[in-house]
Amino acid sequence: MYAIFRLEPWVSGALPSLHAEADEEKLLSESRISITVNDRPVQVANGTNVAVAVLMSGDSCRVSVEGEARAPLCGMGICMECRVTIDGVSQQRSCQLLCAPGMHVVTG
Amino acid sequence: MIAAFDLVVVGAGPGGIAAAAVAAEAGKRVCLLDNNPSPGGQIWRGFRSENARKYPYGSEFIRWTARLKASGCEVWTGWQVVDAPAQGRLRLECGGESCDLAYRRLVLASGARERFLPFPGWTLPGVMGAGALQALVKGGLDPRGKRVVVAGSGPLLLAVAAGLAHAGAVVEGIFEQATLADVARFGLHALVAQPGKIVEGLGYRLRTRSTAYRPGWWVKRAEGRSRVEQVSVTNGRAERNLNCDWLACGFGLIPNLELPRLLGCRTVAGAVEVDTLQQSSVSDIACVGELTGIGGLDKALIEGEIAGWAAAGRASEASKLVSRLRRVRDFSLRMERAFALRPELLTLPTPETIVCRCEDVAHGALKRCDSAREARLHTRCGMGACQGRICGAAAEFLYGWKQPSVRPPIFPARVSTLAAELDMTETVWR
Repeated sequence: MYAIFRLEPWVSGALPSLHAEADEEKLLSESRISITVNDRPVQVANGTNVAVAVLMSGDSCRVSVEGEARAPLCGMGICMECRVTIDGVSQQRSCQLLCAPGMHVVTG
Repeated sequence: MIAAFDLVVVGAGPGGIAAAAVAAEAGKRVCLLDNNPSPGGQIWRGFRSENARKYPYGSEFIRWTARLKASGCEVWTGWQVVDAPAQGRLRLECGGESCDLAYRRLVLASGARERFLPFPGWTLPGVMGAGALQALVKGGLDPRGKRVVVAGSGPLLLAVAAGLAHAGAVVEGIFEQATLADVARFGLHALVAQPGKIVEGLGYRLRTRSTAYRPGWWVKRAEGRSRVEQVSVTNGRAERNLNCDWLACGFGLIPNLELPRLLGCRTVAGAVEVDTLQQSSVSDIACVGELTGIGGLDKALIEGEIAGWAAAGRASEASKLVSRLRRVRDFSLRMERAFALRPELLTLPTPETIVCRCEDVAHGALKRCDSAREARLHTRCGMGACQGRICGAAAEFLYGWKQPSVRPPIFPARVSTLAAELDMTETVWR
């Protein structure tokens, strides 16, 4: 029963072309922007959301009232775990905002 | 002076887009609001007209966003509704700015969020919702080579796992807490009633390829030093440990009822009660999509169209769509039954497990309380920044507590936003 739904590897034809995706990634990577997370530079593709940039930097987003590191839980602006300070404005939901060139993000 | 519209639609997912486009096409002055940087909601998150065709539901996205653009509807993205300071008024905030909007009619389409249930280790970075990980990947997170455990409940798990696998993640397994019998029965009914849905489900399964789908299994705990490193799953008899970089775990969806409840819309069994024209118990407010019961894209689009026609005063057009709705609603009822939460999930949190993440309130402290109100007074559970959006559903499941009433502001807001004077005189009807 454990693996009753183990799936066969024969159907990959249903997938959209992987090639098209690679092309698009190349396009995106051509329009990269730089921001800083805790004063360290992070390069992201244009259109990347701030929570993702924080995760890419290796840092978590906020410190809980008991001192635990927290990172995004819901990814859609509900849980408030992704709050960071952006350009001096605290308590911003990073998952709901896009990176902008020169943005300074501070976590914790 | 404030902006005023015949119709304001809150939430630019499929239901909101359909309502706004239909009403604007019929000549109404419409404003569509969303807190996200772009329209689309969760199911169409990250879609652009250039790339949408390769995603599931991409053709619907292209069709509806084209209609929306051509309709003349104003679309305000990045705006969060925080309060309803007077009859026919919404107060919004965007970054450091705030403003009021006036409306004659309102359509609420604020969608759903994932239900989270506490288990040891669920607060570790790297543990997130299934939909959450999907959203972050669409927001630019690179999943290539990452080991992901997908767990929780509901058809979303398959969609998320398929998307992750396709984007290059290594999906270590999909653990569905519902039993194989329930999942299979749901599949059978779905095949008869909604062949499209089951083909969609099969497509997901096929795309996850060698990854096993395991009904009757659930996460017991997550462990790691500074982030999740290992997850234990069980079927009640055996237990398995899996190493992973991310645990994507959500237990189905629940409607975002804060705004409709603030505005006085009556809810029944966790959803807004509406009539055949999507009208809520409040005369100028309609609700569509997940707010009226979790049912996905088809239901949201049909309900949105109905509400759009109704808002435009064309009830006869709306009633043509009602028969299509019956089938999708039946589907959502069956889904709810099939993915009902198993009682073993009640035993997952230990006394030390945090239930309210905003205020770090543990299960042990909450077990001693008799109601959400008592928990608020004694422990601050539900009084943090999320205002009980996450722990409220968990506490309802774990302790049987009813959610307390909703009070403004429904999202954390700046003092200047709350203190702004209410302008009831001059309005600019757009």
